[in-house]
Amino acid sequence: MKTNYPIRGGVHPLYRKELACNQSIQPFPLAERLYVHLQQHVGAIAVPLVEVGQHVKKGDRIAMAPASMSSPLHAPTSGIVRAIEDFTAAHASGLSQMAVVIEPDGKDEWGELLAPIADPFGVPPDVIIARVAEAGIVGQGGAVFPTAVKLGMGKQYKLDTLLLNGAECEPYITADDRVMREYAAEVVDGARIMAHTLGVQKIIIAIKKNKPEAIEIMTAAAAEYPQISVVGVKIQYPIGYAQYLTQAVTGRETPAGRRNAEVGVVVQNVSTALSVHRAVRHGIPLISRVVTVTGTAIRNAGNFEVPIGTPVSALIEHCGGYVQQPRFLVNGGPMMGFLLPSESAPVLKGSVGIVAMASEETVEKAEKPCIRCGSCMEVCPIGLSPVDMAALIRKDRLEEAARLAVGDCIACGSCSWTCPSHIPLVQYFNYANGALWTADKLRRKNDKLKTMAEARVLRLETAKQERLAAQAARKAKAAAAAPVTEEASE
Amino acid sequence: MSLAVISLTLLGIILGGLLGIASQWLAVEEDPIEKEIQAMLPGSQCGQCGFVGCAQAAAALAKGEAPVTLCPPGGKAVAEALAKKLGVQADLDGHTEQVPQVARINEAECIGCMRCFNTCTVDAIIGAPKQLHAVLTDICHGCGKCLTSCQMDAITLNPVLQTTSTWYWPKPEPKVISKEVAA
Repeated sequence: MKTNYPIRGGVHPLYRKELACNQSIQPFPLAERLYVHLQQHVGAIAVPLVEVGQHVKKGDRIAMAPASMSSPLHAPTSGIVRAIEDFTAAHASGLSQMAVVIEPDGKDEWGELLAPIADPFGVPPDVIIARVAEAGIVGQGGAVFPTAVKLGMGKQYKLDTLLLNGAECEPYITADDRVMREYAAEVVDGARIMAHTLGVQKIIIAIKKNKPEAIEIMTAAAAEYPQISVVGVKIQYPIGYAQYLTQAVTGRETPAGRRNAEVGVVVQNVSTALSVHRAVRHGIPLISRVVTVTGTAIRNAGNFEVPIGTPVSALIEHCGGYVQQPRFLVNGGPMMGFLLPSESAPVLKGSVGIVAMASEETVEKAEKPCIRCGSCMEVCPIGLSPVDMAALIRKDRLEEAARLAVGDCIACGSCSWTCPSHIPLVQYFNYANGALWTADKLRRKNDKLKTMAEARVLRLETAKQERLAAQAARKAKAAAAAPVTEEASE
Repeated sequence: MSLAVISLTLLGIILGGLLGIASQWLAVEEDPIEKEIQAMLPGSQCGQCGFVGCAQAAAALAKGEAPVTLCPPGGKAVAEALAKKLGVQADLDGHTEQVPQVARINEAECIGCMRCFNTCTVDAIIGAPKQLHAVLTDICHGCGKCLTSCQMDAITLNPVLQTTSTWYWPKPEPKVISKEVAA
C-alpha cells in the first residue's frame, strides 16, 4: 500500500519536542477549584443541570447537550458546585464564558458510571454513537468537533478508511506522543471500536516520523490486527491537519468547502480514540485529558493527565513555576495556539498544551512592507495566495478576498511563519473570515426580518378581511331576519 | 461580402429602432432602482431611519436624498451594499460604532397588556392578554418601537454583548506604512 503521497507547501519549524517528550504522563493533583466551561465543543452551548450548593460525584453529568451538534459535560471530581458564573475562558479574545465552578471535596469519589459495553463489536453502531455522545467526547486534537456526529458519518457517506491522527505536528506538544507510547493497546482498541461504528474495514494510524518510539510501540500494538497499518508520515508542518493528512496518506484531496468524509476517510485523533475506549469499555466520560506543559521558561516540563477545568496557574505551579518570566504564555502549540489572556483560564477538552516561551525562543521583528517574494504562496498547504488576499483585506476589500477563497484558509500560520517581512498574514485572514461570517449572519437575520414583517402584514390583512366578512355576514343575516319580524308584527 | 455588410447593417438599424420604440412604449413608470433598493433593505418597516417604511426610505435613497447609512438594523452590510449599488462612497467609520441592540422585557413589571405585541413590526414579541410577554432575541433588531408603547416602562434596549462565539480577530494595525512605500 502506498502511503506517501506528495503534498503542497508546508514549513519546517523548530520542533523542540525533546523538552517534554520523554516525560511520562503523570496524574495531576486536584486544584482548589475547577472551572468547567459550558462551551468546550463546536455547536450549541451546554445547559447546566446542577444547582449552586449541590454535591456532585466524579463522572456525574453536570450539563446537557441541547442539540445533536453539542456535547454534555461531567464533573471531573467529586465536590460541591460553588457557582455557575462567567469566568475567564482559554480563548484568544480574553472574554469570559459561563462555567460550572466545582470545589473538590478531596475524596475523588466516583458517581454511578454508565454500564460498560462488554462486546462493542456485537452491538449496532448507534449504541456506540449514543455512548460516545453521552460521554461528552469531542475531537481532542484541538478542533473539539463532537465525535459522535463524526462517527455517524458512516450513514451519510460511503467510507472505507479510518485515519487515526498521531501526527501531532505542532512544535513543543507531546501529549499524543505520550498517549501512543503509554496507552497503545487502549488507543488501538478505541480505533477498532470507531472503525466498527463507521462501518469501515481499514484503519491507518499515521504518525509523524519524528516520533520513532511511538511508531514502534503502535506497530507492535497493532500487529495482531491485519486491517490496521501504522505509517510514518513526513516531518512537515501542518501534516496533522485532517484534510492534509488524508492527502498525504491516501492521495485523496478533499474538495474545497467539503467534508473529509466525502473522499471516504474519517480522521480521528489518537487521544480521542483513548477516550472512546474508556467510555465504551469502562463507562468513563471525558473528564480529564493529557496536557503538555513545556517551554524553556518552565522549570520542569512534563505531560499530565489533567482534570478538565484545572486552572493553568495550577499547572504552572505544579511544574515548579518559571525559570524566567515567559515572553509568551501560549495555549496550544506555537503555530496555531494563542496567547493565554490570563493564567487563571482553565484547561478545556481541546487543550493540548501550555507553552511558556522564553524571549530567546521567540522571533519578534517589526513588520516591514511586503516585497512580493511569493514565499507565502509556496508554503500555503491549501494553495492560496496569501500575498494577494492580505493586500485586499488591508484595503477592506473583503468580498474580493472571499473570491480568492480566504474562507478555505485553515489558519495554520505557515505564511506568517515564513514571511520575511513579518506581516501577520494569518491574522488578516482570521479577521476577514470573522468579518465575512458576521456580515453573512446579519444578512440572514435581515432576510428573516423581512419574512417576518411580510408574514405579519399578511396575518393582519387576513384577520381584517375575516372580520369584515363576518361583519357582512352578520348584517346580511340581520337584513334577512328583519322583514320576517315586520311581517310577524303585522 | 458587401451583401453581408448591408444585410447586417439593415438588421441592426431595424432592430435598434424597434428597441427604441419599445423603450418608449413599454417604459416602466417607477424608478427601477427604487425597487432594487427596497429589496436590499431589511423590510421590517421599523421606521428608525425617519421614514414611514422601507419603501419611502428606498425612494429617498434612489433620489439621493438620504445617506446610505440610514438603516440601523441593516448595519454595515446593508450600508456597504447600498453604497455599491448607488456608486457612492459610504462613510462607514461612524456607522460601525453602533452596537446592535435587543429589547428586553422586565418580567416583574410586565402586566400583559399586549401593546408591545401589537407594535412590533416583525412579531419578535410573544405573549397573550394578561400573560407575561417576552422578546425573541434572535429576531428582535432593536428598533425600539415597543419602548414607547409600554405604559409600564418595562422594556429596555440592551446592547448585544460580544461572546467567545461572536468574537473574531481584529484587523491587524498597519504598523509600517514606511516612507519608501509612500514615496
